[in-house]
Amino acid sequence: MSEKKSISARFRCAFPGFGLDVDLTLPGTGITALFGHSGCGKTTVLRCMAGLHRAEGAMTVLDEHWQSADTFLPVHKRPLAYVFQETHLFPHLTVRKNLEFGYRRIPATDRQIGFDEAVNWLGLGGHLDRMPAGLSGGERQRVAIARALLTSPRLLLMDEPMSALDKASKHDILPYLERLRDALAIPIVYVSHSTAEVARLADHLVVMEDGKVLASGPTRETLARMDNPFRLEDDAGVLVEGTIRELDQRWHLARFEFDGGSLWLRRDNGMKIGDRVRIQLLSRDISLALEENPDQSIQNLVPATIDRIEPDVTPGVSIVRLLAGPTPVMSRLTTRAVDQLALEPGQQVWMQIKSVALAD
Amino acid sequence: MFETYWDPVWLTLKLATTTTLLLLLIGTPIAWWLARTRHWLRQPVAAVVALPLVLPPTVLGFYLLLVMGPEGWVGQFTQSLGIGLLPFTFEGLVVASVIYSLPFTVQPLQNAFESVGDRFLEVAATLRAAPWDRFLFVAVPLARNGFLTAAVLTFAHTIGEFGVILMIGGNIPGETKVLSVAIYDHVESLEYTEAHWLSAGMVVFSFVVLVTLYALNGKARSGALK
Repeated sequence: MSEKKSISARFRCAFPGFGLDVDLTLPGTGITALFGHSGCGKTTVLRCMAGLHRAEGAMTVLDEHWQSADTFLPVHKRPLAYVFQETHLFPHLTVRKNLEFGYRRIPATDRQIGFDEAVNWLGLGGHLDRMPAGLSGGERQRVAIARALLTSPRLLLMDEPMSALDKASKHDILPYLERLRDALAIPIVYVSHSTAEVARLADHLVVMEDGKVLASGPTRETLARMDNPFRLEDDAGVLVEGTIRELDQRWHLARFEFDGGSLWLRRDNGMKIGDRVRIQLLSRDISLALEENPDQSIQNLVPATIDRIEPDVTPGVSIVRLLAGPTPVMSRLTTRAVDQLALEPGQQVWMQIKSVALAD
Repeated sequence: MFETYWDPVWLTLKLATTTTLLLLLIGTPIAWWLARTRHWLRQPVAAVVALPLVLPPTVLGFYLLLVMGPEGWVGQFTQSLGIGLLPFTFEGLVVASVIYSLPFTVQPLQNAFESVGDRFLEVAATLRAAPWDRFLFVAVPLARNGFLTAAVLTFAHTIGEFGVILMIGGNIPGETKVLSVAIYDHVESLEYTEAHWLSAGMVVFSFVVLVTLYALNGKARSGALK
């Protein structure tokens, strides 16, 4: 990451009972997730970046200084877009007028994203003359995203854009977000408290707790780094990227191949051979065996080498870090099991993976 | 005969309309400030705005008479401008009505601006709208019902004004003799027929105006939900 093409943000502020103190350098492309439990300050960081909250600090986006010791660009002068958790479409304006709100307020020469382009991208063609109150949750969020994009921002901030949506609407939105990530050259900072969302969308991950940054780095490595005290407990896991190689009609399964092995997972309707997908392996779903034992209900057996064994934050529980080929995986076992199997670094074992889910 | 009825009616409508328009201009920034500020002056200012609600109209009228009179600072100011004195003129009535009806404009507007909240304005700011732009194209349309309510209440309250007018306007036909004062006059002179015509007319008129505006307000409300 070159210095020029990045975002740096340093903020410090105090609220009653809560202090924020962060110093971040984020990549200038792709999706960065700000991740943590509610109340950890991730939304405050986003608000500081937008200038909606005035904190002490500095903010530079791809060479533009938005905030420093002696400057503070007001929100409406920052070339950013912000998608709020509750969409907040203007209720007195039609979908079209909502979309045009920001679009008409930027100089025509600055318009990188065309009106029709955004409308098509987010599938809003049939809704332009409707009022926001008549739209479904997913549709509202798509309008909000299109409205934000139409300001041709240099930075897109999204505050849990999916948390107010039901499961069906989430499935509706995710492909659009993935398309944005792949098609737009602008950096996106995405606040989330869902590991699944982070796993599926983010390229870069920032983990926050109590107003501080615990870890910041590429998503896969950051999720797999067991020395970061994630406090996710049962949700801890890693992300594995791979390719769909086989589709099985009879058992409704798909074979997923990654660098280090292959796994069967439940077939998704839209799945095609050759699709690149990410799956999430939760450490609580992985148990270890010393020998390959096919006579059992668990279908996914993958050989791996133990890399490290460390105690978890929960007493009596250990985290075993393994390598399947070059791919890091974590297994969460009781310390007694680690002792009885006499597990130690360097040992060859079989991972028995109870469940595999697409990261969504 | 016709003039005895028409003059007070015309004068009253003129006073209520002028007062309402002026108050929407004056009250909107006050309401906006009260709805958004965290300044320590917020409570005292809100209290001053609400004073006409609790004071007897005669108290207000008495002080206005003093302040706008030849010895008062407003009176000296208007005299130095060559306007003369305000008491016992239509302009004096307008000034008094504006002060007397201030809470009926400011409070509904303040409530409306408060219920618009910060978020829509923040959204507008992230969509590049400058402060004035946010006010005109987001806050005002979203507070539309507040403006309607404020206008209806101010208009109706000004029509119903009596005590303040009597104190500072007196009873000059065509200049300060509004409906309420004319009715009082007729009753004093035992002209019950005239008093009846004006009073009944006022009841019907007020009812029609209120029903019309409430209906508009209700329509606007459901329209926002469509």
